[in-house]
Amino acid sequence: MSTKTALTAAYIAGTVAAALSAGTLATTTAAQAQEKEKCYGVSMAGKNDCAAGPGTTCAGTSKVDYQGNAWTYVDAGTCTTMELPGERMGSLEPLDRDLPS
Amino acid sequence: MRSTHDLVAANASTAYDDAFGSVLLDPERATPRGVTGPHGKAADKRFNVYRNNVTHSLVTALTEIFPAVARILGEENFRMIARDFLRAHPPRSRLVFEYGHDFADFLAGFAPIRHLKYLPDVARLERAWLDAYHAADRTPLTADDLGALPPEALATALFTPHPAARLVSSDYAVYTIFIAHREGPMPERINAGIAEAALVTRPSLNVEVRRLDRGQFLFLKTLSQGAPLQNAAGLALESQPDFDLQAAIALTIESGAFEGCRAGNDIDEKD
Repeated sequence: MSTKTALTAAYIAGTVAAALSAGTLATTTAAQAQEKEKCYGVSMAGKNDCAAGPGTTCAGTSKVDYQGNAWTYVDAGTCTTMELPGERMGSLEPLDRDLPS
Repeated sequence: MRSTHDLVAANASTAYDDAFGSVLLDPERATPRGVTGPHGKAADKRFNVYRNNVTHSLVTALTEIFPAVARILGEENFRMIARDFLRAHPPRSRLVFEYGHDFADFLAGFAPIRHLKYLPDVARLERAWLDAYHAADRTPLTADDLGALPPEALATALFTPHPAARLVSSDYAVYTIFIAHREGPMPERINAGIAEAALVTRPSLNVEVRRLDRGQFLFLKTLSQGAPLQNAAGLALESQPDFDLQAAIALTIESGAFEGCRAGNDIDEKD
């Protein structure tokens, strides 16, 4: 399939027709129609949390020095499950060298 | 806090920012003069509790807007970074769900996590998810809508993006990392160095996230920028020789990425 052939109006029209006649589309539409009404006011991240923080007067007021401390920013997370190309499983090193060219 | 209202009423909003708004997010600053307890007593402790609650709730909102990023970093680390972020980028909207649009850029410029190159794009995808969640409700384009166009108009057909549709592309495995840290099972390994793109839609109630190949991404991106179907298909094919146009058209409808289509103005027959 060359680019030139693909770009003719007739080819586009034929491909659209083929796509529209494929069986997958009908089922998707039916599944969507089954979804029901919306429950307002249950937004996951839009809620305004009024919880007093741990220690109440300290969480918002303490100061932290990050410098030279990058290691601590991944120690508790899942960074180490990210595999980098070339046997570098769990690397905490910069990704620059692992970029696809 | 009645005295706060007095401040607002008496001054322009810039004065409010100086006197109260900026102090609210900066624990180094003294309690604003107008803020007092009953009978004019000092209210430093009360103000600190309030200041803390504001910070705490915004940090919590960021944790909930960016759960995958929080999981990657560990919640404690995330909260410290979020606190730095909100001091540099306080909310501009009173709607908490609009918060964090510049969080990805902040992460990209935050030196201690610069080695997590994929993280800003994961944040972009999470922000796109919440955009989609709160976008206007519209009925997506159906197969019948597209089928109603005359065949000779299809090549130049134009598409209107659905309000909830968002496209995110990355040099990293942004979709795989996103899914693994939100709804999906955590794979034993994730190859973070593989470039991925994602489409976020909300055709009816539920936000849907799909992985796109390079051609599909370019196809949808070009269509959503208002280019004719023919042009979008051409660009996609140029970048990916095995681009499947029929599957991409099906995706265009199934995903709910568009809300309408119409015949283009001029049907040119070149080529």
